[in-house]
Amino acid sequence: MSAVTIPYKVQLRRAARSERIFRLFATTAALLVLALLAGVLLALLYGGWPALKTFRFGFLTNTIWNPVTEQFGAFAALYGTVITSLIAMILAVPVAFGIAVFLTETCPLWLRTPIGTCIELLAAVPSIVFGIWGLFVLAPVLQHSVQPWLIAVLGDLPVIGKLFRGPPFGIGLLTAGFVLAVMVLPFITSVMREVFLSTPRSLKEAAYGLGATQWEVVWDVVLPNARAGVVGGIMLGLGRALGETMAVTFVVGNAHRISGSLLAPGTTISASIANEFTEAVGKLYTSSLIALGLLLFVLTFIIIAAARLLLLRLEARGAHI
Amino acid sequence: MTGNLRRRRITAAVALGASGLATLLGLATLAAILWTLFSRGFAGVTLSVFTQTTPAPGSSGGLINAIYGSVVMTLLGLAIGAPIGILAATYLSEYGRGKRLSTVIRFINDVLLSAPSIVIGLFVYTLVVLQMGHFSAIAGAISLGIIVLPVTVRTAEDMLRLIPSSLRQASAGLGAQPWRTITSVVYPAARSGLLTGVLLALARISGETAPLLFTALNNQFWNANLNQPMANLPVVIFQFATSPYKNWQSLAWTGALLITLFVLVLSILARLISNFFSAGQSRIE
Repeated sequence: MSAVTIPYKVQLRRAARSERIFRLFATTAALLVLALLAGVLLALLYGGWPALKTFRFGFLTNTIWNPVTEQFGAFAALYGTVITSLIAMILAVPVAFGIAVFLTETCPLWLRTPIGTCIELLAAVPSIVFGIWGLFVLAPVLQHSVQPWLIAVLGDLPVIGKLFRGPPFGIGLLTAGFVLAVMVLPFITSVMREVFLSTPRSLKEAAYGLGATQWEVVWDVVLPNARAGVVGGIMLGLGRALGETMAVTFVVGNAHRISGSLLAPGTTISASIANEFTEAVGKLYTSSLIALGLLLFVLTFIIIAAARLLLLRLEARGAHI
Repeated sequence: MTGNLRRRRITAAVALGASGLATLLGLATLAAILWTLFSRGFAGVTLSVFTQTTPAPGSSGGLINAIYGSVVMTLLGLAIGAPIGILAATYLSEYGRGKRLSTVIRFINDVLLSAPSIVIGLFVYTLVVLQMGHFSAIAGAISLGIIVLPVTVRTAEDMLRLIPSSLRQASAGLGAQPWRTITSVVYPAARSGLLTGVLLALARISGETAPLLFTALNNQFWNANLNQPMANLPVVIFQFATSPYKNWQSLAWTGALLITLFVLVLSILARLISNFFSAGQSRIE
């Protein structure tokens, strides 16, 4: 009825206008993603500027973090962040590799989906749950059984013995590394699984035809073929571990110092911000915490961007990650 | 020769056995976490958890103000982030397909997807809290919305791309302009896929704590004013679990159980819808 009363040309003009408006909305929304990245960088730079101006390059290298004398250096937090993430990687990567191999090679077909789903559900558990579990369950277990054993067995060795000395506190860098390992496990596993599955069938069958064992096919054919993806997956996990906040804050001990032992309490960048930000008095204190955030953002951005670039090349080859 | 073969077979058996053990270890960890969570969390589930507000140390109380705050801020965050995310995904999959700008946006989005959420909290603090002069539920919702955005962009684009281009061409052949095709053909066809994406985003932010710590803060009392600090489950769990008071610790476990159950149910639901969707998809093709 209305189509009769509105002239055809007017209808066309209206449709063209709707098209322009919808297109503008979609484009703006997409550009907002870019604006968000720029906005985060600028806001953190603005907030952290007073601290960066006061301490200059020393902010990165100074180990002292003292709110009373208003001296702030990021090195202790940076050290804790890197060490806990490294511990997490050392623990999680072999296990993730094992799970990915099991799920793509050895596991009976009917069991693959349910087990895979369970491992992926581990990724859905909120980080605060890992934190509360780490504090009340994992830390006492480590304190009473694992850490005394580490001290007794490894503590007297030359060089690495230093890492396992001192009293078993339960909470500390090592415990934070354990919790982080559990958290990043599903992410690394799922990337490894995808790239293992993308191995061309013909390659594997050729290796079997030459008489290779199942393990030799995995180690000499599947793994070399998936190398870039495996590295990408590990770096993606590393990016997550570096930035993870709540799980670490519960168990790291929150002490701004560097001690040689992995069993000692320490802190990470994210845990310092989470713990101290609302209680920070004074412009310089707040600003130093924001500067810490900037440092964390830049650090994780570099790692994650490198990982994504590696994975992007694979995706172009057809793997769905 | 036979010794060599035996050694290779033993290596294979040991290595593959170890991979099975690794899987057992992963499953056992999940089981251990869930077991602790259920046994300690259920012990504290009473009616008062859902009827009373967070108590002072030592006295009885519940979590109703925190539950209310979490629901309000999560839904607001979803309302902010999801529509923008779906529109941005529309650009990536429809208007900008093959353009260099899309490649850049997709890459930045993937990086933001894994960016530390505490940094988003700092961003919203400098942008909103400092300008308003106080902590507020609105600031909390905005930071959750920012976390929703990249999750929705990623999943929605994947889902829109699954729609066969023959559908778009048929619509264009009938004289529909692109926006008409998108809103009347592509969106309805991708409906369950888009819903999956939104559910996954909801699951992602339900347990987010770090970005709320210094945006929404916390509130001991009942508050429905979006302009004021608001209690929320994650921050209450953090505060109560790290306190020395037994009744607070017990409430923290109950809160953690509530969040985990919600998130697990959402994840499984999203998975079911997504499976159903891809089954329907293959029928179309």
